[in-house]
This record gives sequence, structure tokens and C-alpha cells, in this order.
Amino acid sequence: MDSALIPKGLKRCPFGPFVMGIGAVSAVLLWGVFAMLLVWIKGLNQTNMNDYYGFALWIWADLTVIALGGGAFFTGFLRYIIGKDELKNIINYAVLIGFICYSSAQLILGIDVGQPLRGWFIFWHANVHSMLTEVAFCLTAYFGVLTIEYLPLILENRQIDKVPFFHHLSHNLHEIMAVFAATGAFLSFFHQGSLGGVSGVLFGRPFGFREGVFIWPWTFFLFTWSAAAAGPCFTILITKITEVVTQKKLVKDNVIDLLAKISGWMLATYIVVKIVDTWYWATVTAPSKGFNFMDFYSDNAFYGPWILMLEIILGGIIPAVILITERWRKNPGFFITAIVLAVIGVCVNRWVMVLQVLAVPVLPFDRWILYYPSWQEVATTILPVAYGIILIALSYRYLPIFPQEQELNPVK
Amino acid sequence: MEKEHKSQTAHRYGMVIDLDKCTGCASCMVACMTENNVPFKTDESNKQDSITWMRVYKLTNGKSFPNTDICFLPRPCMHCGGIGNHGHSPCVSVCPATATDYSRETGIVSQIYTRCFGCRYCLAACPYHARYFNWWDPVWPAGMEKYLSPNVSPRMRGVVEKCSFCFHRYQLAKDRAFMEKRREIREDEYQTACTQACPAGAITFGDLDDPKHAVYGLKKDKNAFRLLERLQTNPKVYYISSREWVRRSGDNYLSN
Amino acid sequence: MFPFNFEWVWDMSHLVFMGGLGFALNAMGLGITYCIIKAVIDTFKEQGGHHD
Repeated sequence: MDSALIPKGLKRCPFGPFVMGIGAVSAVLLWGVFAMLLVWIKGLNQTNMNDYYGFALWIWADLTVIALGGGAFFTGFLRYIIGKDELKNIINYAVLIGFICYSSAQLILGIDVGQPLRGWFIFWHANVHSMLTEVAFCLTAYFGVLTIEYLPLILENRQIDKVPFFHHLSHNLHEIMAVFAATGAFLSFFHQGSLGGVSGVLFGRPFGFREGVFIWPWTFFLFTWSAAAAGPCFTILITKITEVVTQKKLVKDNVIDLLAKISGWMLATYIVVKIVDTWYWATVTAPSKGFNFMDFYSDNAFYGPWILMLEIILGGIIPAVILITERWRKNPGFFITAIVLAVIGVCVNRWVMVLQVLAVPVLPFDRWILYYPSWQEVATTILPVAYGIILIALSYRYLPIFPQEQELNPVK
Repeated sequence: MEKEHKSQTAHRYGMVIDLDKCTGCASCMVACMTENNVPFKTDESNKQDSITWMRVYKLTNGKSFPNTDICFLPRPCMHCGGIGNHGHSPCVSVCPATATDYSRETGIVSQIYTRCFGCRYCLAACPYHARYFNWWDPVWPAGMEKYLSPNVSPRMRGVVEKCSFCFHRYQLAKDRAFMEKRREIREDEYQTACTQACPAGAITFGDLDDPKHAVYGLKKDKNAFRLLERLQTNPKVYYISSREWVRRSGDNYLSN
Repeated sequence: MFPFNFEWVWDMSHLVFMGGLGFALNAMGLGITYCIIKAVIDTFKEQGGHHD
């Protein structure tokens, strides 16, 4: 029924089942929209946040989704600036995933703030010394870059491409894409970093605080690095999931292997630096403020040394070693394990740097406060996932995302 | 924040709270809430989302009978001067919309309710939990609107609020001084609601830098301490206690 | 930058921040403007200069 919109030479499932699938995901989306409206109309008392937990599930989701969307900027940087040409076969998907991640982040922020209608104050009354200001500006600008990078893909839809102006526009955008990729890399470096700076500058919170260089705490660089490392892993993971769902191979092994290898080395170097930073913070920074390392991991029902082991060993060292070792990287089982663990590692890191920072008591007569999200928070966090699935489904069906798809799946 | 009024002397308004006198009656909390139109919930059992600009904590030395000892500690906003007292309070540095500012004229950390868009970064930054977020719109029991203080604007949901050292009283005192053709205000002309309400006289408020003010001498007491000094937040609220365990409860120390 | 923001001063940190942002926004703006204008020119060239 919609075959005129499907890219030439590619096969897609019949329209009926497709609509049913979209419908099922839309039901989840609508549940999320309902929760979102409840929050906007009734206020943030719909959440389980309180004055001890000003940041909670949403801010964690924001930081995580932006880190995982880092595949877009890093793959773009590798392709257009470093010149790894094979990555042109996955860059479209990386950009789409990045677009979904960043639009999700902005949506969640719009729900999370107490006065969303005043959201523009962050631009108009900007405090340039605040990390969040930096995040807001760079995030918004980078979302613009992602839109510009996604645009040629939309314009290459079979019917839209027939319009001469759109055809030329997409062609010209491709020609100067390096400019946008470079701008995107520049913006990403700063906002990924500033998100790390959010907890790193809190000198009133010894758990999150780090020393650093100039105005940037070490967490600034660690966040950019881990986003560059784990973002491509997330792109690969989504590609693999898509291949399972569509029952097709979409990207050649050498492309995935190249991206995974680079990601592995980024992860390996990151985890070394992360370990050094953690050691220095545990032995020098925190004690200077009166805290022993174990003060942060004891006397409470949830946070223990296990979470540090999970983040660094399971979520860092193991996937890094697998991905840099060719024999293990080329083993499908090990490979999937590695990319899943890398994604988990970055999720845990963002959780720790937001929620554990707030859980740890600073006043000696204060106590640990723990938190779990309300259903409204969960629903509004699943909302962007549902939106992402729908956008991927629509883009996959109607846009030529994977240049190698036709070659790998010849239509008889 | 950068401009200085050279024609006026800069002040650093602060407090000294004598914990030996505090009985934990919480009159200061009540006076503060009345003075500043602080909203409250129907069910106040969950203190984690209650708004208490001034909050009285109960400290204990952790020992069992007969050596148990307790101490009550009222905690307003510390109006931190930040590292080196340059005005980079933990909360001021992080606010993305410049909705909170450190005044070099008074040393008070202000909060602009109409500019705050409720990101709650300042809540995360403050180690003293002095900042509170309006999770609900204020609901005043019928007729109570008539009792609200006309000098303090009520806040709507979605914005952060905190102790302002009764800044409206400073403004009123300045207005009065201006009418009397003088610039400086006297110690007794600007006092916070909690200071005046305390039946034990435990709270003393004034200019920490003015030798004529009581707090100037009190802050130098040998038993004076501040909360979390090692974080270098430079709070303006000093506490006095003759009990060593209380003084030690003011900061974190390594177990060795 | 805007006279309404009374606390705004053009000190080094503001210059660096707005400078960096301006650079990025200009790169994007100029890039997309170039693409659109060139696409219009290419479209007309293709049609042999006729309006449709």
C-alpha cells in the first residue's frame, strides 16, 4: 500500500503488520504521554523526588541517553575528520540514534523542570559559570546539527527525492557534511564534558567533587571519553537488534568490527584513566574533606562496593579487553556480551554520578536517603524509548539508512 | 555581582547560635514560616518534601544510657561566601539562570523566584539542605491569605526557595534610614524573625564584620564552630557549644 | 549583550563562552544557508532557468 515510499530495491514487511506494530508501541507511548500530562498539569509532586533527591530518574535518563547518543558525534568525527570511510555504512543509523537520543533528552528536561514555560531563561539569563548553562546551549545547538545531519536522509526518500530542489539540497548537504560533523564534534566535546562537570564542580558534595584543570573537573573529560567509547557500542547494539527484528543483515562485518575495535580502545584507555581518577579521589580528595572511601559505600541498604565493581570491572575492563582482542571481538557471543556490558557500564556510571551523589549524607548528623521512582517517572522515561522505536521503524521503512542493505539482501 | 557600591560599607550579615541555650522548641521555625509565607502540606509527616527555611535538627552523641546526650541545632541558610569568600557559594555558582546571587553589599545569597525555572541544581549543590523546592502550589486554609506577610512574595510551585535572612526587613530598615537621611542601619534595626522569636536568646544576628555588633565578638568565641568547615563553603552561621562532641558533630573527620 | 540583563558583563568568561557558541552557530547557519542557496541555483540550472 505504501510501496511507493519504500526505497527502491528493498523489501519491507506488508503495511498491515507494520501498522499493527506501530500501534502496539504507540499504546506504550500514550501511557507515557498521559504521565507527562499529569506531571505538567499537577506538578512534580507526581514524582518520588524530594528535597534530598532533586535529581533522580529523569536526570539519570538524560545523562545516559546523551552518553549513548555519543555514537553520532564520534562516528561522524571518525568518518569525516579522521577519514574512516567504511563508517559511511553505519553513520546514517548513528545519526538517527543520536537524533532520537537528543530529542528524548530535551523532552525529559522539559518535563523535569519545575517551570517548563520558563525554560528559555537558561538562554536569556545565562550564568556562564554554571555547567548546566553550557549543557543547555551546546545540547540545543548540537540537536540542530543532528537535525541537519538527519535531513539529507529524509530528503532521500524515494518520493521526496523526485523534487529537484530537495534532491539538490540533500546532495549539497552531503558535500559539506564534514563542516557539520566538525561542529558537532566540537559541541559534543563540551556538552558531554559539562554533564560530567555537573557533579564534578559540587564542592559541597565530596562524593561527586573532583579536582581538575582550569575550570574543568576531571569528570568533564571522563564523561566525554566514556561517551565516545560507549556511544558507538550503543549504535552497534541497536543495529544488531534491528538486524534480529528485520531478519536481515544490514551492515557488513568489517564496518562493525572497525567501529567496535576503535570503541574498545577508547574504552580501554578510558577505564585506565577512570581507575587513576577514582584512586586519587578516594585517597586524596575525599579524605581532605573528611571522608573515608568506605563512608560512601556502607551503612545503607543499597550502595556498596559492588556498584563500583560493576561499573569499573564488569562495565569497563571486561568489555574493553574483549573488544581490543581480535579473537574475542570476532566471537559473536563475546562480542554481544562486550557491547551490552559497555552500555551497562556507562548507565551505572551516570547513575552513580547523579543519584549516589545525592544519597550520600554530607552533614555528619544527616543520614542516607534512598529513592525509587514513581510510575509517572518510569512511564515518562519509557516514553522516549517508544518514540525512538517508532521513529526507527518509520525511518527504516521509508529511508535508505543502510547503504549496504541492498548488496547484503538482494531482492530476487 | 561584579558592581560594588563604593559609597557604602560592605556588610557580611551572619548569625551566631548558642547551642548551649537552644531548647529545641522550634519557635524559630514557626516564626520564620509566618514571616516568610512558607507554604505547608495538609499532611506534614514526610519531612523530605516539607519546606522549612529554618530547621531544628536533633543531634545525639550516640552513646547509651547513662551517657546519652542530645543537642538541638537550628539550621538556617548558611549564606556561604564560597572558597576564599569571593562570593562563589556552592549554589550560586551552579544556577544556570542566575536566579540566585551573592550580594557583596550584605553577604546575603538571594533567590529570585520569578527567574527560577526549577532545575534544582542548587538543591544538589547545597550540602546543608538549606534549599527547598515547591513540589506543590501553596494552599492556604480559608482566610489565611489575610495573615500573609505583605513584605514577602509567596512562591508558586516549581521554584526553589530558602532562608533569606529576612531580607525584606533589611530593605525596610534601609528605607527607614533613608527617610531619616542616613545610610547605615543600626544593629537593632535589622534582625531576623527567628532571632527575635527565640525565647532562650540563642540566636544572635548582625554584621560579622562590624565590631559594634554582638556577632563580631561571639564568632571569635573559643567554642565557636561552623558546619562543614573543611568543604570551604565559608558559611556565615556560627555555632557555640561548650560540649566537645557537639563541636565535633559539625564536620566530617576520618576515623583515624 | 542584551541591555535587559543587568548583571551581564563582557568579561573573559563571557567572551570565551559566547565566542565559542557564536562560532558553532555561525558554522551551522552559514553551512545550511550555502546549501539552500546552492540547491536553488542548481534547481534553476537544471530547469534551464525556467520558473515552474
